[in-house]
This record gives sequence, C-alpha cells and structure tokens, in this order.
Amino acid sequence: MSTAPVANTNGKQATSAGKPSKGTRVVGWADERLGLATAAKKNLRKVFPDHWSFMLGEIALWSFVVLLLTGVFLTLWFRPSMAEVEYMGTYEQLRGLHMSEAFVSTMNISFDVRGGLLMRQMHHWAAMLFIASMLVHMMRVFLTGAFRKPREVNWVIGGVLILLGILEGFSGYSLPDDLLSGTGMRIAQGLVQATPVLGTYMSFFMFGGEFPGDAVISRLYMVHILLLPALILALIAAHMLLLVYHKHTQWPGPGRTEENVVGYPMLPVYMAKAGGFFFIVFGFSAFMGGLMTINPVWKYGPYDPTKVTAGSQPDWYMGIAEGTLRIMPGIESHFLGVTLSWNILIPGMIAPIALLATVLAWPFLEAWVTGDKREHHLLQRPRNAPTRTAFLVAMMSLYGLLWIGGGNDVLAVLFHLNLNHITWFLRAAIFIIPPLVFIFVKRWCISLQRHDNEMLLHGYETGIIMRSAEGGYSERHLPVSDDRAYTITARDRDEIYDPATDVDANGVAAPGGRATALREKLSQAMFADNVQKPTAEELEEGHHHAEHEHELEAGLDHAADGHQFDGRHPVEGEELRKH
Amino acid sequence: MRFLNRSAGRLSRHRRSRVAGLLVMLLGLLFMGGLYQVVLSPSNADTQTKSDEELIKEGRELFLVGCAFCHGQNGEGIKSADGQYGPSLVGVGGAAVNFQVSTGRMPMQNPGQQAPAKEPVYSEDEIDALSAYVASLGPGPEVPTAAEYDIDKYGLSADERRDAVVRGGQLFLTNCTACHNFDGSGGAMPWGKYAPSLRSTSEKNLYQAMLTGPQQMPVFSDEVMLPQDKASIIAYLESIKEEPSHGGFGLGGLGPVSEGMFAWLFGIGGLVGFAYWIAAHTTRSTKTKSSEGTQA
Ligand code: HEC
Ligand code: HEC
Ligand code: HEM
Repeated sequence: MSTAPVANTNGKQATSAGKPSKGTRVVGWADERLGLATAAKKNLRKVFPDHWSFMLGEIALWSFVVLLLTGVFLTLWFRPSMAEVEYMGTYEQLRGLHMSEAFVSTMNISFDVRGGLLMRQMHHWAAMLFIASMLVHMMRVFLTGAFRKPREVNWVIGGVLILLGILEGFSGYSLPDDLLSGTGMRIAQGLVQATPVLGTYMSFFMFGGEFPGDAVISRLYMVHILLLPALILALIAAHMLLLVYHKHTQWPGPGRTEENVVGYPMLPVYMAKAGGFFFIVFGFSAFMGGLMTINPVWKYGPYDPTKVTAGSQPDWYMGIAEGTLRIMPGIESHFLGVTLSWNILIPGMIAPIALLATVLAWPFLEAWVTGDKREHHLLQRPRNAPTRTAFLVAMMSLYGLLWIGGGNDVLAVLFHLNLNHITWFLRAAIFIIPPLVFIFVKRWCISLQRHDNEMLLHGYETGIIMRSAEGGYSERHLPVSDDRAYTITARDRDEIYDPATDVDANGVAAPGGRATALREKLSQAMFADNVQKPTAEELEEGHHHAEHEHELEAGLDHAADGHQFDGRHPVEGEELRKH
Repeated sequence: MRFLNRSAGRLSRHRRSRVAGLLVMLLGLLFMGGLYQVVLSPSNADTQTKSDEELIKEGRELFLVGCAFCHGQNGEGIKSADGQYGPSLVGVGGAAVNFQVSTGRMPMQNPGQQAPAKEPVYSEDEIDALSAYVASLGPGPEVPTAAEYDIDKYGLSADERRDAVVRGGQLFLTNCTACHNFDGSGGAMPWGKYAPSLRSTSEKNLYQAMLTGPQQMPVFSDEVMLPQDKASIIAYLESIKEEPSHGGFGLGGLGPVSEGMFAWLFGIGGLVGFAYWIAAHTTRSTKTKSSEGTQA
C-alpha cells in the first residue's frame, strides 16, 4: 500500500505541492487553527484488521443511520396526538371512521404522502435489522472473548445500546396507534401494573390516568424521537471512540501479537469498504421497504380496546418476552393484601432483568474467576473457550424456544400442531434442551481442541493410504505449516484457580471463604475439561517422531495423485504428475 | 403461396360455419330456457311443490348412502362405542348442509378434530337435494340467496355502499379477527383446532358460516347480526381482496411473526453474506493463506 499521497511530511505541517492553489490555502488556514490534518492523519492511518465477523457491528451502525434519515422524514408528517378526528383519506375501507390523529397521520403517510409508505416500511425494516445486527455483533464479541480487558466498558455500552434499541423499537411500534400497537401497549401496561404495590400508581402516571388515556402517544413520541435517539447516539459515539482508543482486536497469526494490529489503514481501504457497506445496508432497507409489506396498519385499523386479532405479536425482538408470557403457567400468590402475579412478574420483570444483569456482568464475572488481569488484543477461537461457547449456544437454544412460544399460534396453523401441546412441550423444553445443548457443544469444542493437538503433534491427514510390507493399511500424515502451527498455538494455557497458591504481592494468602470456594468451583467447571496446547517438549518429540516417519516415506511431501504406490510407475523419483 | 392462401381461407370458412351453427343452437336453447322460465315455471306453483317433494326424496336417498352411517337413518345422530359420531341434524337447516357439503367438509372422511375443507364430493343439484332433505327434518336457517349475501342487492347508494364496507370492516375486526386474523389468513384454536383462512371462501359460504356457526365458531344469527351487516362483512372481505397489495409482497398476511422471519433470513442473512464477500475481497490481488486471519 503506497502511503505517498497521505504522508510526505513529518506531520508538523500540511502537505504542500508546489504553489498552493486557492483551495489548499483555505484548507491550510483551517488546519493551522484546528489542527485537523494532523489529527486526521493519525486517525485515518489507523489500521483495521480484516474479517467478515468484524463488520457485523457496522450493519448496526449503518442501519441506525438509515433509521435517522427515514425517521426525520416521518416526523415531517406524523402527528403525535390522540385527539379524535375523522379519517378522510384515500383508503376507502376506513374512510369516515373516527380515530386518533396519530393513526390518521400514519394513514396519510402511507397513502397520501409521496414516498411515505416506502419511508415507513424502510424505517420499520431498518429497525428490525438494527436490533438483529446488534445481537449478532454481540454474539461475535462474546464468542471470541473480545470483551476481555481492556474492553469491558465497551461491552457494557453495547449491552445498554441493545436495551435502548429494543425500547426505541417498542416506542416506535406504539406510535401509529393501530390495533397491534395498542395491544402491545396494553401488555406493557399489564407489566407495569404487576409491579408489587407501586404498579397501579405507575400505570396512572404513565398514561396520565386510565388506560389508554390521551397522553401516552405524545409522551412516547418525545421518548422515541428525542430522548432515546440522543442517548443511543451518545453511546454509539462513546462506543466508537473506545474502539479507536483500544484499537480493534485481531485473530492470532504470524506477525500478529498483543502489541500490534495487522490490517489495512482506515483510509482508503477500510473507508472504501465501510462506506460501500453503508450503501449495501441502505440498499437492503430500501429493497425490503419497497417490496415487502411490514406493519400494514390499514388492515389492523385504529386501536380499540374491544378488538383483537389473531397474529397479534410484537416485533421479533420482543418475541422472547411474549413467549415467556405465553408459556408461563398462571401462578399468583397473596401477601399482606398484595397480589403477586408471578405469571407476569417472572416473564415481564424478573427474567429480563436477570438476562440484562448476566449480559452486563459477564466480563467481570469471567475475569474474577480466571483472575486474569492482563490486556487481551488477540481473539480466542470459540473452541478454546468451551464453557463460554457452550453457554452462548445454550442461551441461543433457549432464545429460539421462547421465540417459538411467542409465535405458537402461527406455528400451530402453519404446521398443523396442537397449540396446547406446543405450550406443554415448551414448558419442559426450556429446562431440558439448553442444558443438553450446553453439554453437547462443550464436548464438541473439546474434541475440536483435541483435534488441533493431534494435528500439531502428528501432522494433518493427507488422504494417502499406505500399505506396509505386512499388508496393514495406515494413513499418511504430514506436518502442518509453521504459520498454521503458530496460529493454533497462539493461545494461553487455562489455569484452574487454586486458593492454596493464591497469595498476593505481600505474601498474604487469599481469605478462604464462600467467595473463594465458589470461585474455585466455577474455575473447575469452566476449565478443568479443556484440552491444553502441547508443551514445547511434546511438540519437539512430535516433530522428531514425524521426521523419523518421513525418512521412511522420503520424497513424498505433497498430496498424492493416487497412483504413487499402485505399481504403475516406480516410486523412485515420483513427483506430482503434471496433467 | 396462392394455394396456401386458398386452403387457409377454406379452413377458416369451415370454422366459421361451425361456430355459426353452435351459436344458433345456443341461442335456440337460451330462448327455450327463457321461455320455460318466463312462461311456465312461475305460473305453475304445483310443479314447484312437487319438485320440492321430489328433491327431498332424492336428498333422502343420497343421505342414506353417504351420510346415514354417521348421522343416522333419519339424521337423528349416532354415538357409537368407538367414539365415531355424527351429531343430530334435526333443525340445523339447509344452510348448514349447503355450507358443510359445498366446502367439502361433509361427508367427513376421517373422524378427527375438525373436518377439513376439501374438494366437494356432490354436485350442486345433489347438494340442493341434501339441503332440502335435512331442512325437512326440522326448521332451521335456510340456504341464503344473493339477495341476502350480496351487498349490491340491498339497493344502496354509492355513498351508503361505501359506508357499508367501512362498517363491515369494523364488524369484521370486532367479531371475526380474534379467530380468523386481520387479513382473514386464519388462526389457531386450542387443542389443534383452527379457524381456516377466508381468502378463497365464496360469498355464499361466508354468509352460511356466519348463519350456522360451524364447530367452535359462534352463530351470528339474524337476531345477533342483521343480514345487511353480514353482507357488509362479506363486502369488506371482497374489497380487501381487490385492493392492490400496497406495501409490496404480503409475507402471508400473518403479522409480525413472518416479518421477523424475513428480517432474519433475508435481511441479516443477506447482509452477513455481503460482509463475508467484502471481507474476502481485499485490495491486494495476491492473497496468501497466511495473511488471512484464522477462522474459528
Ligand atoms: C364419517 C362420519 C360422517 C359422515 C360420513 C358425514 N358426517 Fe356430517 N358430521 C360428522 C361429524 C363428526 C360432525 C360434527 C363435527 C363437525 O361439524 O365437523 C358432522 C357435522 C355435520 C353437520 C353440521 C351440524 C351442525 O350442527 O351444524 C352437517 C350439516 C352435516 N354433518 C351433514 C352431513 C351430510 C349432508 C353428510 C353426507 C353427505 C355427512 N354429514 C356425512 C360426521 C359425518
Ligand atoms: C371463536 C372463533 C371464531 C370466530 C369469532 C369466528 N369464526 Fe369463523 N370459523 C371458526 C372456526 C373454528 C371455523 C372452522 C369450522 C369448521 O371447520 O368446521 C370457522 C369457519 C369459518 C368459515 C368457513 C371457511 C371455509 O372456507 O372453510 C367462514 C367463512 C367463517 N368462519 C367466517 C367467519 C366470520 C365472517 C366471522 C365473524 C362474523 C367468524 N367466522 C367468526 C372460528 C371462528
Ligand atoms: C434507534 C433507532 C430507531 C428505531 C429502532 C425505531 C423504530 C421505529 C418503529 C418500529 C416504528 C413503527 C413504524 C411503523 O411501522 O409505522 C417507528 C415509527 C416512527 N419513528 Fe422510529 N425508530 C428509530 C429511530 C427514529 C428516529 C431517530 C426518528 C426521528 C428523528 C424516528 C421517528 C419515527 C416516527 C415519526 C415514527 C412514527 C411514524 C409512523 O409510524 O408512521 N425514529 N420507529
């Protein structure tokens, strides 16, 4: 990569190319006062490593940009008011009905504003993609251990972002005041009311009186276009700044260490790729917005508490909440005159809070168990953290099961299933399947680790079958390349925490106690079964062994063409035949 | 060339004469039929009742062959030891039979949770006969005519008709969507039962279903819901069928579940595919294995 166009000075003054033109003079004037070129030069030459999974976060970033653009368009026509007006627009089937101004303006955006329906649908599809891509991005970070020191804070920011994204999506979904959004608000109100003691007051406060009242849409509007977007924007900025400050993580490999970053400079390569990706994300949103119906509010009609429809579901990101709610048995208890509706409290409050707390606390939890205080800039392959990987996949299976619960009626119709059977199945499955998945994935990771070791010590399988003089058959192995071997072994050995050896710098032993015992147990559970990479001696011995074998099979350090030893031509001087 | 032309001309002349013959025949038939309708049938009330009796007789014969082993010799219903069971048909009325048989639900093939709609087994005349027979067992809702289920037969002005469609939409959302979905795509009911899709149901059967309330479905009798309201619901359903699909491909009209599925499979799936593609295309033309990262 030629660097000439960017840096031909020492960075103290702007590049000059002979006699400065008028434009250069303006730029020079600005640079002398703002120091932009210097700052930019430093940052534009930041290096980003290349891997497809590093672009998942970008999908989220760009879909947020699409949301901002389309959202601003929508604000020009949307009226966040619950005042009752008569619909007089183009859509025949609703004309003459009385409904809230919010719904009327949504109908007008859909039918009477040029490009309005496209913008509404783009906005909604982009919202679905925004949250989905955050989730996928988060899974990538989790699986590769990219949340470890020094990036814990950025992980927490990400976790908060996804929460805010979900809330932003829910508030947007509620704005049009159609049948589904009203049904969703009703459920939200139920959740609020289930709060012990305070519930009713909170509900009255939120809705400015009885449900649905006439205040909630304008309040949600403020939340949707001001409060949450501002918070999200600020957190995205913080997220990106920390990213630049920490620099991107990278996969281990030859020449890649904890101290450097190997990749392409921000400008022009990464910029071009990232910028191009914006257009792809924009294109996807536009394509889906243009061709695929989303939230056809004209069919739902305005919200009316007396109406309900089959297929009332929230957007996908609320699906697990819906699913938990649907499969939860109706348990209630009474306590000092207060009713505790566990059937709502557990799915609506306890489960989401526990989920969020686990997500946010994970990096600290893991660091506490390992006691690892070093910085990590090299990623881990998922197989090298079997417990963590298995935990995530088990959580994904739980997520999937709860999703099924949220869409149980649609699945029952599509696949001719019995609704009640689905519910019973799920009630048991959410306790049985994730642990099974956990065990299975953990064993899988460990056998992959074992496979890596085998490859290091005995070489990779060439597919050449050898027959010995005695008539026995065996497969020939060849040693892996040094690059590959380096890449595979570029990982730390796991250390199982042992309280007996835990002495601090002053030689004081760790205080034995419950926490220590728990830490020891967790450490055992997380690392005891892992396969460690071979030691230097083992590798040495392995190579020795291989060399010895090589002598026996001299001249064959390439893949076979299948005719080496079948007697059609002499073994001596055999080369890969050129056909 | 000329020969070809001539033979072509001859051919078409042949065809023309044959079509003309057919036309004449058709016109003749129409004329005779019209004459019969206008001159003979209304004036002769006797033949009417007699044909009713004949119809009932014919219906009874069909019933004995196709329905009696479930519903009993006289439609009184059967409950056998192994649970195979046909309810009594006394008083269900002609509309119930017409609905059940013309949607293919009856004769039921496999006793199960719910008789599914299928290709009807009986012809229209046979269905009329069956209806007449069951109607004769006891009073019940009669097979409706277009005057009842077709909103255009109510003599409404254009404005009134439009209002009727709007009202029909609201009635539909209030009374039907809880089971049949906002788009009439159908929905699940407890214990493996389901409310079927209404997209391809005929106007007459929409009306008959409301009138007789098959299985789990409530009965919307004329006291509960005026005939004109039922016709309005039908008009609404027809009107949304005729509407163009404003937002593009409708994703099955199933609501947010299918939207979420498309967001993941198409949206995220496609975008991750593009991410993979972009990352795989580096600026360097020669790419060595070792300069790529490791794959997990
Ligand atoms: C295999 C047994 C079976 C046969 C054959 C059968 N039915 Fe039925 N029929 C049932 C059962 C069971 C039900 C009730 C469940 C349902 O409605 O799906 C029923 C319901 C009906 C109903 C609705 C009753 C109501 O309360 O609305 C009508 C009408 C009917 N059958 C007519 C017929 C006619 C006409 C035939 C002959 C063409 C026929 N059935 C043949 C089993 C049968
Ligand atoms: C409580 C749920 C429920 C409600 C409310 C309901 N239906 Fe149904 N509907 C059903 C069920 C269940 C069936 C299937 C009956 C069967 O297969 O025997 C059905 C069948 C039908 C069919 C027959 C469809 C076909 O082509 O096979 C029509 C038409 C129909 N309903 C229309 C309506 C209309 C119009 C309304 C509102 C006025 C309505 N339903 C309200 C449950 C319901
Ligand atoms: C974090 C990103 C955002 C998400 C997840 C999101 C999500 C949503 C959703 C799901 C809807 C319902 C759309 C529908 O089907 O009608 C909606 C509506 C709306 N959004 Fe957003 N949105 C976001 C950002 C914004 C921004 C930044 C603005 C404006 C500055 C905005 C303005 C609006 C308006 C005015 C509506 C109502 C219009 C309508 O429903 O037709 N949104 N939003």
